[in-house]
Amino acid sequence: MTRFSWFNVTSLTLGFAFLYLPMVILVIYSFNASQLVTVWAGFSTRWYGELFRNEEFLDAAWVTVQVAFYSSTIATVLGTMAAHVMVRGGRFRGRTLFSGMIYAPLVMPEVITGLSLLLLFIGIGMDRGVVTVVLAHTTFSMCYVSVVVSSRLVAFDRSLEEAALDLGASPFDAFRLVTLPIIAPAVISGWLLAFTLSLDDLVIASFTTGPGATTLPIKIFSAVRLGVSPEINALSTLLIGIVTVGVVTTSLVTKRAAVQRAREEQAAQRAT
Amino acid sequence: MVNEKSFAPWDDPDARPLIRFERVTKRFGDFTAIDDLTLDIYEREFFALLGPSGCGKTTMMRMLAGFEEPSEGQILLSGRDIAHVPPNKRAVNMMFQSYALFPHLSVWDNIAFGLRREGKPKEQIEARVQEMLRLTRLEKFARRKPHQISGGQRQRVALARSLAKAPKLLLLDEPLGALDRKLREETQFELMDIQEKTGTTFVIVTHDQEEAMTVASRVAVMDEGRIVQVATPDVIYEAPTSVYVADFIGDVNLIRGTARARDAGPAPEPDAAAPEAVDPVPGAAAPLPQPEGRRPQPNAMGKWLHDRVLYRILGRRPDEPRQLPPPEPARAPAQPAPAPAATPEIPPGGIEIRWSEDTPPLIAANGDPALDGKPVVLALRPEKLGIARERPAAANLLQGKVIDIGYLGNISTYHVELPDGTMVKAQITNTRRVSRRDITWEDEVWLSFSPTAGVVLEE
Repeated sequence: MTRFSWFNVTSLTLGFAFLYLPMVILVIYSFNASQLVTVWAGFSTRWYGELFRNEEFLDAAWVTVQVAFYSSTIATVLGTMAAHVMVRGGRFRGRTLFSGMIYAPLVMPEVITGLSLLLLFIGIGMDRGVVTVVLAHTTFSMCYVSVVVSSRLVAFDRSLEEAALDLGASPFDAFRLVTLPIIAPAVISGWLLAFTLSLDDLVIASFTTGPGATTLPIKIFSAVRLGVSPEINALSTLLIGIVTVGVVTTSLVTKRAAVQRAREEQAAQRAT
Repeated sequence: MVNEKSFAPWDDPDARPLIRFERVTKRFGDFTAIDDLTLDIYEREFFALLGPSGCGKTTMMRMLAGFEEPSEGQILLSGRDIAHVPPNKRAVNMMFQSYALFPHLSVWDNIAFGLRREGKPKEQIEARVQEMLRLTRLEKFARRKPHQISGGQRQRVALARSLAKAPKLLLLDEPLGALDRKLREETQFELMDIQEKTGTTFVIVTHDQEEAMTVASRVAVMDEGRIVQVATPDVIYEAPTSVYVADFIGDVNLIRGTARARDAGPAPEPDAAAPEAVDPVPGAAAPLPQPEGRRPQPNAMGKWLHDRVLYRILGRRPDEPRQLPPPEPARAPAQPAPAPAATPEIPPGGIEIRWSEDTPPLIAANGDPALDGKPVVLALRPEKLGIARERPAAANLLQGKVIDIGYLGNISTYHVELPDGTMVKAQITNTRRVSRRDITWEDEVWLSFSPTAGVVLEE
């Protein structure tokens, strides 16, 4: 183990403080008994209780989860298909242009995406609501899925697909029975990424939303404009908690699977 | 191969090939991978495509599997053009170089994969998978995943999987490349065994000439999208038709010179049945029992008598030390006169090759006299050369100095430099222990070979 010099310790502390101090403060104040956000008046879980009695917040949370679920699922299907064509389709005319266009939304300012979608929905006379938000989120999260999946596909041994074809599988069967199970981890992380992006999107959602489709970020944002309430602190703390548990669980499972696999491979080599 | 005599459909004019490449050309953009190639492969053959990387052998295989379509020409399988049939619709299976085992499926499911695509009843699939597991001795590993078994076992799973559908033709893409030497040799014989048992036609792609020679009934040597020679392994080795093949297969000495037709008249010594003497050096080739110093040794007088007089009648003493610092000078002139007159048994005809100003021409009795006056290459396998310290009686002699000795255990390769700088390799089987060898670095030696040992090739 390397020993840390005081310089290293300082930069580490500063860095982490910069990253996590705001969140720590938020978490601490979510347990504040006082109505005022910035004055500490003792420990209490009062605001959590209030939060669960607040219908508006619960509705918004439910809408958000629904939107995130549908949009990330559609985005995963479309993004995986796009990635497969781009990586496996061989060379066709305009391939570079197409793959560039798939990734363009990554760098497109959200305001522009949101505005153009709004114009489109108005243009075709579509009532804004949950459906339009889902469509909008699908549009911008699809390219993220596509990036994640295609990076996996590039590293994927093509001869596996060829072997499936060679053994009599149709191209669709080869994808369904061989490619998909093997790239599943990438597809799942693409889905998770799309889900997260949809959960915390404020800009595009506020452009494309309509009555009855208020997502949590929109709700929080508008609530904060009337003043920060301790309830929002509590809500944010819950969100942080959910995310942390999710991330830690995933990494533990992945790590354990890798260790297990390495052990089995060693055993197989020794057995010969 | 044992069945060589009985199995030679390529010599039978009535035999119909299983596969026929008919004037096939394959281009990738500007690059021509296969150039107007015609080839027949027969049923039950073990056919090897051999060549350096980039020679087009892999493209040939991928066209057979259906992963590439020929730009021109036809590929017939049992008389039907399959050039544009997709891979999943042809009775051809392939064993991939990387094995391409499905990592998420067990050994059992890997083998059953192809059978399930055919929609066969469950019992039939189970029976067939069991049969394949037995054939490849994998019964114990059926439930394991590919990463839980060793490299050799994975290779066998790949073979079992590709054989499960009982294809008309099995393609093997460098199947043994990932195995270590010992396992590879074992597996080669296993492959031949399985090929014989199943009666499947095998086409193997390899850059390892030893592997091709071991397993194949016929070998096609490829270069730059063309087939240079197709023949049985022994013909490829002993009678290559071009310098390229001679040089690519095994070790070879190439001596360049000009041909001159020899007199085809009556033989000077017609008794010669021209034995294709592999080793024309009697001295070096007669390893007599050497029970070191156990026999009674003659005294000085006895030795003198023997060496001066009696050896002409009795021959050499069986225990005469053969590896000595230069023998007493008196012995040298007493050797049987190495005069050219003592080089018998040169069959008439053929050609002689003038290759150097200072040395007599080399005699190739099997050369075509029609090559008279043309530049030719004499291809000589190192093991066809004899090496000796004393000038032997032989049709062809080369003198030189030992520069290097490659000791491989069972054989040694001597690198001999001729006076004009040409390096010639001679290979000797080490029938005796190293300590008994009498030739070492910097020794002046004679290389000898029979008039039919080499192959005369046109440049």
